Amino acid sequence: MALLQIVEPGESAAPHQHKLAVGIDLGTTNSLVATVRSGLAVVISDELGRPLLPSVVAYHADGSYEVGYEAQVRQTLDPRNVIASVKRLMGRGLKDIVNHEAMPYDFDDVPGMVRLHTTGGVKSPVAVSADILRTLRERAEASLGGALVGAVITVPAYFDDSQRQATKDAARLAGLTVLRLLNEPTAAAIAYGLDNGAEGIYAVYDLGGGTFDISILKLSKGVFEVLATGGDSSLGGDDFDQRIFCWILEAAKLKPLSIEDASLLLTRAREAKEYLTLHGVAPISARLNSGEVVDLKLTTEIFTEISQTLVAKTIQPVKKALRDAGLSVSEVKGVVMVGGATRMPQVQHAVGEFFRQEPLNNLDPDKVVALGAAKQANLLAGNRAADDDWLLLDVIPLTLGLETMGGLVEKIIPRNSTIPVARAQEFTTFRDGQTALAVHIVQGERELVSDCRSLARFELRGIPPMVAGSARIRVTFQVDADGLLAVSARELTSGVEAKISVKPSYGLTDGEIASMLKDSMAHTKDDAQRRALKEAQVDAQRLIEAVQSALKSDSDLLSAEQLARVEAAIAALQASALGDSRRQITQAIDDLEAKTRDFAAQRMDKSIRRAFAGKRIDALEGAASAAGVGEHR
Amino acid sequence: MAVTLSEKAAKHVANYMVKRGKGIGLRLGVRTSGCSGVAYKLEFVDVAAPDDIEFVSHGVKVLIDAKSLPYLDGTELDYAREGLSEGFKFNNPNVKDACGCGESFNV
Repeated sequence: MALLQIVEPGESAAPHQHKLAVGIDLGTTNSLVATVRSGLAVVISDELGRPLLPSVVAYHADGSYEVGYEAQVRQTLDPRNVIASVKRLMGRGLKDIVNHEAMPYDFDDVPGMVRLHTTGGVKSPVAVSADILRTLRERAEASLGGALVGAVITVPAYFDDSQRQATKDAARLAGLTVLRLLNEPTAAAIAYGLDNGAEGIYAVYDLGGGTFDISILKLSKGVFEVLATGGDSSLGGDDFDQRIFCWILEAAKLKPLSIEDASLLLTRAREAKEYLTLHGVAPISARLNSGEVVDLKLTTEIFTEISQTLVAKTIQPVKKALRDAGLSVSEVKGVVMVGGATRMPQVQHAVGEFFRQEPLNNLDPDKVVALGAAKQANLLAGNRAADDDWLLLDVIPLTLGLETMGGLVEKIIPRNSTIPVARAQEFTTFRDGQTALAVHIVQGERELVSDCRSLARFELRGIPPMVAGSARIRVTFQVDADGLLAVSARELTSGVEAKISVKPSYGLTDGEIASMLKDSMAHTKDDAQRRALKEAQVDAQRLIEAVQSALKSDSDLLSAEQLARVEAAIAALQASALGDSRRQITQAIDDLEAKTRDFAAQRMDKSIRRAFAGKRIDALEGAASAAGVGEHR
Repeated sequence: MAVTLSEKAAKHVANYMVKRGKGIGLRLGVRTSGCSGVAYKLEFVDVAAPDDIEFVSHGVKVLIDAKSLPYLDGTELDYAREGLSEGFKFNNPNVKDACGCGESFNV
């Protein structure tokens, strides 16, 4: 018979209607699945009682595959067909993947996302991730005794739209309904914050296998808000393995290795790292295919020394996140450690030293994220306990904006805005009679479009021809709870509308989000100057077009001499707009404006005479109030 | 008339109660529904109802409403692990036949 779980008073579900939901931590190195059983979040172990599932998939020529420990065992024997750390490849083109030369895979640089040639066929990172997720789904269904309603899957806070979409695609392929994608540090906060009833400002330091995230959270009365996030999307425990690997090569004076030998030594490096968590010296021994024998001892001191720069690399983003949140170190009440790599003593020590307090680690750092995701999944599936009415606020990692004239970025949603969020801004046309508007959506912190990442483009067509500047186009950016973006543009006088959902823009030109953020800091002053210049050039262009169009219709108001003066000023402005002196451009603008001031006044008089001709005063008043009503719409 | 918990079940219930941080005991009961007549109820209790009948088994307070008791008399609640699945199991001598999954039954 089915085994029952205790539920909250009055919440016994009708039989066959238990809503089974799970939280999945789809990690670079290891993945986990957790659920809420009788009100408690627990990780679901496999038949042998092992909670972790190594994120490793082995493919065979007959089309079958293995996931987890069985696949990991084959890693040294058959590195080309055993895929590990696939999370680093999600939603990425080959050139975006850091250090891909060092990976033993047979890559195919397909535009968008890389593909991997295996003996079992060509695999996309999405398909490999789906095989991991399917294994976790089957484990959960066997344990819970039924089909899952859905799953909450965690992603690093730094994942961009294409990486999030790739994760969702993988889940669908694995037969899972995604209730929500959740940022990993936020999931950790759910696991810690609610279980322990903590209040105040907390930092979540998450050093996983392949990614580093720092989040600054504010917890109060069960409501928690992410104040700031930061990190490095290519820094994790794997890099510590690499450092040990390089140390082995040097210390044992090895010749260049075969793929199999390199893979074997990487495994030995990881084992040594884990051993050093509880011991002072780790023996490293291996017999290579080349016949060479490695027999070394790695001490904590040496390991601390060779990994010093990696540890230091995690502290920079921590400082920046604190600055973003407007907080000082002393305001942080606690530091939550997440990710297996935080077990390393030198990491614990460095974090403790920076925050001047012992970090919290009373939950298993490998399980924290999955446990938090399980709680969220349980809630979203509708298995709500009476006092579980907490709210979850998440943030977007990078500013979202669009391109305006001159290649400048107009920022619509600033980074670290809490999601879901919607912001609208009005734009107008640049030229007389302009009937279409190109909307180019970009992501990044820099002032110029060329320095940001292009997410999507679309066009709003069918704008009625109007004088430049009189069309009112409302552009709305909406980011849903999963961090996915939808943009719409609507011309308000005619009602024409166009919209786009940002779909997987796999294989983007810019790789590293962390470096984008660093760039923006480094170029702040530079960017401001370039922006000012561009703005002046755009102003110049607009003024020239306005004057030229006025001349076309009303040049008869000017004497030949006046006309020549205006035309000379236009030519001067055109010339200076091509240069890169903002001062010269503004001077030329002022000059042209001065020389056309009388002309503008004459035109105004003329058009007023034309408008008023033959109209009575009361008709004019009626027209004015109608316009007033329109304004308040 | 009596209902009992196995020692293992009592240990798990006590554990869940501590983690939950409140509640006075465990409610067993039946409701009409399901594919075979009656279904079990297994809930935490914060407030006892007037017609509740109390039992104490291995230190855990068990409450059953008077109407449910005839269906459950003699039942031992056990905690079991079946493959990957684990949870509570009603060993109920009154059951004549149950639906395939055991979530509902007939007396």
